[in-house]
Amino acid sequence: MSDEANKGLLSPLRRKLLMGMAAVPAITMLPGGSFAQAPATSAVNTTGLAVTDTEVTVGILHSATGTMAISETGSIQAEKLAIEQINAAGGVLGRKIKFIQEDGASDWPTFAEKAKKLLVNDKVAAIMGCWTSASRKAVLPVVEQYNGMLYYPTFYEGLEQSKNVIYTGQEATQQILAGLNWIAKEKGAKSFFFIGSDYIWPRTSNKIARKHVENVLKGKVVGEEYYALGSTQFNSVINKIKLTKPDVIFTDVVGGSNVAFYKQLKAAGIDLSKQALLTISVTEDEIDGIGGENIAGAYACMKYFQSLDNANNKAFVSAFKKMWGEKTVIGDVTQAAYLGPWLWKLTVEKAGSFDVDKIATASTGVEFKGAPEGYVRIHENHHLWSKTRVGRAKLDGQFELIYETADLVEPDPFPKGYQ
Amino acid sequence: MIINSRFFNRSELMGFIALAAVLFVILPLTLDVFRLNLVAKYLTYAFVALGLVLCWGYGGILSLGQGVFFGLGGYCMAMFLKLEASSVENTKIQSTPGIPDFMDWNQITALPLFWQPFHSLTFTILAIILVPGLFALIIGTAMFKRRVGGTYFAIITQAVAAILTILIVGQQGYTGGINGMTDLRTLKGWDIRPDHAKIILYFVEVVLLFACIGIAQFIRLTKLGRILVAMREQEDRVRFSGYSVANFKIFAFCMAAIFAAIGGAMFALNVGFMSPSFVGIVPSIEMVIYTAVGGRMSIFGAVWGAILVNFAKTSLSESFPQLWLFGLGALFIAVVLAFPNGLSGLWADYVQPRIDRLFASRKTKAGWTDNSVADGAPAE
Repeated sequence: MSDEANKGLLSPLRRKLLMGMAAVPAITMLPGGSFAQAPATSAVNTTGLAVTDTEVTVGILHSATGTMAISETGSIQAEKLAIEQINAAGGVLGRKIKFIQEDGASDWPTFAEKAKKLLVNDKVAAIMGCWTSASRKAVLPVVEQYNGMLYYPTFYEGLEQSKNVIYTGQEATQQILAGLNWIAKEKGAKSFFFIGSDYIWPRTSNKIARKHVENVLKGKVVGEEYYALGSTQFNSVINKIKLTKPDVIFTDVVGGSNVAFYKQLKAAGIDLSKQALLTISVTEDEIDGIGGENIAGAYACMKYFQSLDNANNKAFVSAFKKMWGEKTVIGDVTQAAYLGPWLWKLTVEKAGSFDVDKIATASTGVEFKGAPEGYVRIHENHHLWSKTRVGRAKLDGQFELIYETADLVEPDPFPKGYQ
Repeated sequence: MIINSRFFNRSELMGFIALAAVLFVILPLTLDVFRLNLVAKYLTYAFVALGLVLCWGYGGILSLGQGVFFGLGGYCMAMFLKLEASSVENTKIQSTPGIPDFMDWNQITALPLFWQPFHSLTFTILAIILVPGLFALIIGTAMFKRRVGGTYFAIITQAVAAILTILIVGQQGYTGGINGMTDLRTLKGWDIRPDHAKIILYFVEVVLLFACIGIAQFIRLTKLGRILVAMREQEDRVRFSGYSVANFKIFAFCMAAIFAAIGGAMFALNVGFMSPSFVGIVPSIEMVIYTAVGGRMSIFGAVWGAILVNFAKTSLSESFPQLWLFGLGALFIAVVLAFPNGLSGLWADYVQPRIDRLFASRKTKAGWTDNSVADGAPAE
């Protein structure tokens, strides 16, 4: 089955790969890349993972169907691209990566079942997967029990750390604090209105944001409202915004609700070029649905925008569009998903082994200089050191970079003083 | 033979033996623990399907809200397991150790009152039966005493499913919200996660399933079962004959609820997980589909329906991650269009006559009891 998936992937690619062949000899001359010097399987795989002399199998576990498919498709595409590029550059320890894709179907127990299948039946060396917190929470006990390795791409609420997970997205404090500092300084903002979807990530993020606003910025939270996932009626909260007139609207509304929210904001006459709005949940993927004209002027705070101007990112964006079409957009999570296979490859090469225990230990300090977001490094708590950036939404659905932190921000999944 | 020949007629006895052989012997011998655990998950839906046979197939009451009872049973079990997994030493990292992790994330600092009794396993087991039973009693009384039935009843059960989902998702500090209750570990200190525990749980579940099959068959054969069928066919005549139709309907609905709850509790144990995604409208309708595919008139058919549909779901989604939903949809449409009585109808129409002929040719004086009343034509 995975062979089929591979074929489907390869056939449109063949020509491009042939075109890229000229570059391959140069790349394979890099250290550790060529097949001739591949170490013996018995040495690099002592725990019975699916590793042969020429191949290593990993799992891709996202929702290809159901409500989350629209968000997770980008991650699947990014992971396939990364695997493709790693294979073209000689693979991992001389072995080509083969992937088995499973569908979590936007259903959390299905995620757990498929994760178990990948680890127990297929003996995959690593899983690139999960998107929502709920799916990660369902998969976490499975990867811990069967000692697997999960690379999780989404920005999330923190309060978690596992030997068996590498979190390639930002945890809440990394994403939020620098953004709030910036908007307080830049706009002189003192009063904030929080709006979120009703589940663990927005609630935890808003809790952190509230503590920061009240204790550090000495501002005031004038309202905090939650809406069920999938809600489309925001009129009452928009009225409250008009009454309280906050300096900043801070939102973590997710998924399809965003479309209704921004359209209703606009219809209510709230002009985002005058009213500051800071969102931590809208990436380029979401703007695709919202429409640039409805959100232009809003600020988003995350670690990656498609418009970032650096050589890594330009190469990444053009490779991504070549593989998946000109019209695709790349959001924060898609980029973080792209890091997963690369970080795993670098860690395997550092550890000189596919064994999960060795990878878990070797992860600390692994650096990836080729990341589209710029240099990243794995912290000993298995999250990434990364910069925080603020972008402003434009009419064409892209973000214009307004601000970025000077240094990498340390990940802190259990922030003291914010719980 | 222990089975009374009057309790099962011959074809039912064959069905019983076949199912017992498959579940007790063939599957445990041929499948690895991972697949056996999947079968255990499928079988939890067989409990629901069994309840639907009683309530829908025989009683003619279509409930589109069985997920509610599956969920209530599952959540009762999950609350007990979650409390055990949230011991003070397991949750040291939290700001309030000793309470479930999702409460801590939602700034709840003490265990809520309604969680307290779930420290006791005896209370939990009673709650698994009584909470959904009483809830079904209340809904059933409110509806059937007012002679609400048919489509209206189906719609109301669906609304209840939607309401309960919203309640669970909204009260995430008390219920775990959309994430559900995850990371369930031990039952009275016995680890439910390793392979040998999965095998034991599988057999416990199969035994329970056969107990429920026995109860369902018993109800079917008594006068009660005949009245249910009569009610399905001609409700007014039953009422004019002096029977309280409402009470019989309430009874069938409560039995279906309790079966579903047992399934839910076994689900929490086998999968180590409970979430609102089993409570809502979609899973409730799926459960009706399992019953329809298996055959809503047939106790064994429903069990097979639950196993086969879920098996198809797993294997299709493993082989065709992008396309499997279309395949599953086609399967359902085919079943409903071509065999309205499901797989058991197919069996009764095509396979059973051949077997009978085979036996009839051997035993010329064969004369078995007639069971045509309960297995009659569909009502709706």
